[in-house]
Amino acid sequence: MDTLDFRLLDEFQRNFPLQPRPYAVLAERLGVDEAEVIARLRRLQGAGRVSRVGAVFAPNRAGRSILAALAVPAAELEAVAELVGALPEVNHCYQREHDTYNLWFVLTAPDATHLHAALAEIEARTGLMALDLPLEREYHIDLGFPLQS
Amino acid sequence: MNTLGVEDRALIALLQEGLPLCPHPYALLAERLGWDEAAVRAAIARLQADGVIRRFGVVVRHHELGYRANAMVVWDVPDAEVDAVGERLARWPGVNLCYRRTRRPPRWPYNLFCMLHGRERAEVEARIAELRRALDLERYPYAVLFSLRRHQQRGARFAGLPPREVAHG
Repeated sequence: MDTLDFRLLDEFQRNFPLQPRPYAVLAERLGVDEAEVIARLRRLQGAGRVSRVGAVFAPNRAGRSILAALAVPAAELEAVAELVGALPEVNHCYQREHDTYNLWFVLTAPDATHLHAALAEIEARTGLMALDLPLEREYHIDLGFPLQS
Repeated sequence: MNTLGVEDRALIALLQEGLPLCPHPYALLAERLGWDEAAVRAAIARLQADGVIRRFGVVVRHHELGYRANAMVVWDVPDAEVDAVGERLARWPGVNLCYRRTRRPPRWPYNLFCMLHGRERAEVEARIAELRRALDLERYPYAVLFSLRRHQQRGARFAGLPPREVAHG
């Protein structure tokens, strides 16, 4: 990653240009041409450093989401994590250090009915009772993720 | 607060996949939606102004950029104090997300959640210790849950999911 990659990742996490040629706007700010910006973003995406250029949605506006956790016996953790991570409603799934709840995931669905059906399916297929932790209030403003140089 | 129309939902479904990496990405979205290009750009601006789109731009993946120490820190803060504490915590540098969530006693007593990402675990632990002191959080029960392994990370998908049967019982 060189300086240009770093700037592409760090400086355009919000207020992405809504002009007809947005990558040309980035290119002008960076002093390179549009094709270079597009090629670099493709490469950064291919390398997994960029998830996408796109929208981060406010929770529970365009759909419904919930944080949930399972207390999975150690011997079953791998299989359960695979099962949960493969569901189309699961957009984050992490194994975390905790003495009880070791598998954490975020479920997202178009509406509450769909969300709860997905959670019920996880419980039925794993035989485990999920800890569901609905969002009550957000305190932060999402400004993206500032990179340390 | 599901007040989005069919047209907004169609656009959102496409935006979840990301903006195409080509010279005229909005024109490409417009073609797929059967809209004018200007209407696509106006709709994105409106969804941002309305707060449905929280942020529009490059979405990075922390882990692949070397931020491998990812801690979810949770606190049990009395209801009367949690909003004031949450507001202060959210403004602390390096705190990425900060939420109040429903407690599930006795299984889960914690109501305040935040995330910190760093390159090294020791660095993140030091930052947690520092913010506990600086924000006067040392009196609240808390837990730090570092991530051990990521099994899935992708943008949220609200549309285009296979429909589900309504859960029984």
